[in-house]
Amino acid sequence: MGKLLEIRWHGRGGQGAKTGALLLGEVLVNTGKFMQAFPDYGPERMGAPMRAYNRISDEPISIHSGVTNPEVVVVLDATLLGKVDVTAGLPEEGVLIVNTQKAPGEVRKQLGLSGRKIFTIDANKISQETIGRIIPNTPMLGALVKVTGLVDYDHLIANARKTLTKKFQRKPEVIDGNIKAIEQAYQEVRGE
Amino acid sequence: MATKELVARTGNEAMAEAMRQINPDVVAAYPITPATEIVQLFSAYVADGLVDTEFVTVESEHSAMSACVGASTAGARVMTGTSSQGLILMAEILYIAAGLRCPIVLAEVNRALSSPINIHCDHSDTMSVRDSGWIQIFSENSQEAYDNMIQAVRIAEHMDVRLPVMVTTDGFIISHGLEAISLLEDKEVQDFIGPYKAAYSLLDVEKPITVGGLDFTDFYFEHRRQTAEAMQNAKKVILDVGREFGEKFGRSYGFFEGYKLEDAEIALVLLGSTAGTARVAVDQLRAAGVKCGLLKLRVFRPFPAAELAEALKHLKAIAVMDRSDSLSTAGGPLFTDVRSALYDLPERPAIVNYIYGLGGRDITVEDLEGIYRELQRISGGGQVQETIQYLGVRE
Repeated sequence: MGKLLEIRWHGRGGQGAKTGALLLGEVLVNTGKFMQAFPDYGPERMGAPMRAYNRISDEPISIHSGVTNPEVVVVLDATLLGKVDVTAGLPEEGVLIVNTQKAPGEVRKQLGLSGRKIFTIDANKISQETIGRIIPNTPMLGALVKVTGLVDYDHLIANARKTLTKKFQRKPEVIDGNIKAIEQAYQEVRGE
Repeated sequence: MATKELVARTGNEAMAEAMRQINPDVVAAYPITPATEIVQLFSAYVADGLVDTEFVTVESEHSAMSACVGASTAGARVMTGTSSQGLILMAEILYIAAGLRCPIVLAEVNRALSSPINIHCDHSDTMSVRDSGWIQIFSENSQEAYDNMIQAVRIAEHMDVRLPVMVTTDGFIISHGLEAISLLEDKEVQDFIGPYKAAYSLLDVEKPITVGGLDFTDFYFEHRRQTAEAMQNAKKVILDVGREFGEKFGRSYGFFEGYKLEDAEIALVLLGSTAGTARVAVDQLRAAGVKCGLLKLRVFRPFPAAELAEALKHLKAIAVMDRSDSLSTAGGPLFTDVRSALYDLPERPAIVNYIYGLGGRDITVEDLEGIYRELQRISGGGQVQETIQYLGVRE
């Protein structure tokens, strides 16, 4: 197997971490990359911490175990910091992307973290402004693609629109809001 | 051959998509995690007019399978889906479906059985109905789940078989895991499965028949023997259909699939999604010079005993991986069948059994490498210390 990229999403039930991971998977189809997207189900309830995962590779992916050492961690809810060990298994050169108003340096201080690259984005504000409610998954997808460079910007927007159009055929207003959220987060994500 | 854009589908979506393209006459179903999506998506296809199916909502899985049997004996092409407690609530009628030779196709998502209650993957549910007379086909991933559903229709309805088929995926790992797969055109699926013409119909008043009649000491034994004969016939049909599928669509299927098995000295034998993880372990150990391989069993019922013995006879040591426990204290269901299949070989490989992954407990590349290392020790002349082991369980 070639170089494998593993991503772990942390969120709370209802914030769309699973949908974010699935959307990233859909965005990568037919880019020449192979992908997996899967949730980690505990007892499902609104607000409870949950995780979802992606695997991405230039070669077919046959492994079907859980992800324990992700290179990238996406945190959809800053209240999880300090409560859930979001950096578990994240290597020294790994990437942490957090939905927060804080600057990356403040998150580093809060977690007492050395090494790793930290990025932050206020995905709550973006989703409130573009979609009309706090649903941070699509802005976090925009930030994730910007930070990792997994696909180019135009492809991200085109494929995300295609997937959202399929999902929300009966609610077209949701599609434009989500695309705007992805675009804005792609521009605004900041690192140290 | 179809070379099209790939699409992203979970195991459940892939099975529902196959059902849409098969367009059965009747689906009767009751929802259960993690199989719910299959029939939920299918009910949307019905509501949207994308299929011609009569969708029967029922109050339990027992009723779902009862309705399926009724529709099948009336001459309809029938499908359903379930998992875990749902499958074992169907158990009574599963035997009846096989005995009445109803070619029903069931999408089954492997999940642990209560108690304790658990929604995650193991194979206890499917194994618990292994003697019901249903053909059982396991899928490693979404692509295989899709391909197996389409082949299942042909296998079930073949005049030499006429037995129900369950196609299984691993709960959550595959049912809720998104992967890129290749779909066939609707017409390709319809051309492959062809129209269904039941040999007998309960509704054919010109040719009245009795279904489910009493069958005591006079004929019961003969009818059971005929069911066994149908299961025997299914072996050829499964191979023919798998070959034809490969010729038409580029993906061939047999009873099992070997990976680096021919020149291997040690191997794992297993079912379902763990095969993909095991191939990574094989590649890593091969790179380190270990002559290891893998046999992924696809068809568990009928059990291809002679073919397995032929494929495994050159090995020095084998580990059979069971994702369920018979609680017999004599090993899991796959282990006892594989070991029995090897009994007549003049020189038998050493064989051990690992019970693993119950209730969704994760299995990693490292876990599987550890088993290969143990097989290396055994094949090098080391003693088998414990024939049956529980992998990674806290004692």
